[in-house]
Amino acid sequence: MRYMTTKNRAILREMVSTDFKVRYQGSVLGYMWSLLKPLFLFAILYIVFTYIIPLGKAVPHYSVYLLLGIVLWNFFTEATMQGAGSVVARGDLIRKVSIPRYLVVIASTLSALINLGLSLVVVIIFALFNGVMPSLEWLLLIPIIAEVIVLSLGISFLLSALYVKFRDITYIWEIFLQAGFYATPIIYPMTQVPEHLHKWFFLNPMAQLIQDARYVMVTPTQSTLWSSVHNPLVIAVPFLIVLILLAVGARYFKTRSAYFAEDI
Amino acid sequence: MADKEVAVSVHDIHKEFILPQNKNTTFKQTVVNIVKKNNKVTQKTLDGVSFDVNKGDFFGIVGRNGSGKSTLLKLIAGVYTPTAGGVEVHGGLTPFIELGVGFNPELSGRDNVYLNGALLGFTRREMATMYDEIVSFAELGPFMDQKLKNYSSGMQVRLAFSIAIKAKNDVLIFDEVLAVGDEAFQRKCLDVFEGYKASGQTVILVTHDMETVRKFCNKAVLIHDGKAILSGNPRKVADKYSALNQDVIDDDAKRKDASSLADYEEIGLKVNITDKTGNEIKSFKSGKDFMINVEWNPTSRIAAFVVNIFKNSGEHVTAFRVIPPKNASKFSINLAPLLGKGKYDLLIEMHDDNDKAAYDSFEGASFIINSQDVENVPIWSGMLYVDHTVTF
Repeated sequence: MRYMTTKNRAILREMVSTDFKVRYQGSVLGYMWSLLKPLFLFAILYIVFTYIIPLGKAVPHYSVYLLLGIVLWNFFTEATMQGAGSVVARGDLIRKVSIPRYLVVIASTLSALINLGLSLVVVIIFALFNGVMPSLEWLLLIPIIAEVIVLSLGISFLLSALYVKFRDITYIWEIFLQAGFYATPIIYPMTQVPEHLHKWFFLNPMAQLIQDARYVMVTPTQSTLWSSVHNPLVIAVPFLIVLILLAVGARYFKTRSAYFAEDI
Repeated sequence: MADKEVAVSVHDIHKEFILPQNKNTTFKQTVVNIVKKNNKVTQKTLDGVSFDVNKGDFFGIVGRNGSGKSTLLKLIAGVYTPTAGGVEVHGGLTPFIELGVGFNPELSGRDNVYLNGALLGFTRREMATMYDEIVSFAELGPFMDQKLKNYSSGMQVRLAFSIAIKAKNDVLIFDEVLAVGDEAFQRKCLDVFEGYKASGQTVILVTHDMETVRKFCNKAVLIHDGKAILSGNPRKVADKYSALNQDVIDDDAKRKDASSLADYEEIGLKVNITDKTGNEIKSFKSGKDFMINVEWNPTSRIAAFVVNIFKNSGEHVTAFRVIPPKNASKFSINLAPLLGKGKYDLLIEMHDDNDKAAYDSFEGASFIINSQDVENVPIWSGMLYVDHTVTF
């Protein structure tokens, strides 16, 4: 079965561009907000975490380190929240045309991905200003971003199919995300976490991939999954979690999607 | 006759919807309902429908509201999954369950053309080559950069239809497309249907308009209470459909139990349309002198009649009030109206002493105006001709 036919690509493209066009309807600055929003958010975080709560004094380029973590986490939050609601939000289409249902989930992930791309541009500008030297290793961000996309897609498939029947799921997921934000080393550096707990932290795919992104882009001195865990079977755990979530999510989505039109 | 190639094959399709007493949309409700063992009610919407649509067929699906025909259409289009049975579609299929699917009011007309086009299976490049044609067909050239929410509903429909007719697929499905739009738009629709018919395009059409079925379809199926009660010859299907509706109207008439009037059957109402010599006529020219004859049982104590003329499309053309003298059992109205071409139905209201309309009856009487060329009358159009003078 072919998933990405030219027809499906055309539908995706239109759905994503509609999202983007509608989002900034009526605002004077329009698309500029996609850049301005992360820029101002970063400025606030920079002030808070360098002057008010200097958590990362010991970490070189802490502000960039922080921003990169925030940007990846924001992508994860946006993609999964939008993804969870995507099937219901596009109910009008689903009840009237038989386009492949997974397209609406992929479209919401792609919308979030565009924002991630724009935010990363801002992060790179920040990094260069902060004196981080650009290197070829930055290309390793690509597989890391691929991992967070797959993780978000898997969760989005699962949640969006559940959301059709159980509207509580987005509230539950929001709480889960709040907890996850603090369970993941985003605002605090791993140096604040006791050494013997590191391996448990890194079983969380988000912690693993955020630290890896920081490792390749900003501060190679920081602790990562690879430096904390030596058993290759354990190293595989966060990646297996990502793949299992995708498999389970896609499978559940596929069985439920036949009934979306009548259940919405 | 040699076997034709089948385009869509529906075999013994069943569709049931589960109607939970309380829809489980939150966990609390789910838990409560599990504990209470809530009985789910299933609604059989389709109960074993089968038919084949061959390549090149203009296939009509008719049925009253709620008969299951829209569900059937959604099953063919793949929007719903059947409970049992199946649908085989050979080749591509474009369903217009609704015109303008996915239209976003916040986007410009131009953006909506591309969006809708993508949902109909076109790439951006294909849409770009068709764009100018679409806009000129919709006659919306100057408005394409305005937001769709600023369009009138007629403009939106025109735009949607102009995109829809670009769809080229093995099978096209239309659901009640003709129900929207003004007369000019409906004529455009009919022209497009003519084109499809001439080119041998396979079309499945759901409609309430039996004229369209008789004119275009070569096959039709009548869905009633989830079953295909008649399929094949579109004329027979259309007649049966009209008869079904007639039954409903009659039932309604009978239910309007009058206070002082006799039972509906006892009135024995008879209505016919004749020429002046008393021969029954059905179809004639505008301006022709004719009689509406009404007969009834004089013991039924009817105080007044109102004879209404309705155009087949639903417009109330005129009404005559007749108060019969005691013991009268019939009357005739002689008239020669200059009515526009089309089919007209008579609705006879029977009033009681309190002048309440006790019964309505469409007892079969209808006539057709087949031409509006009338001697000594200048060329005219519209629903009726009004005598007039012109001064300069």
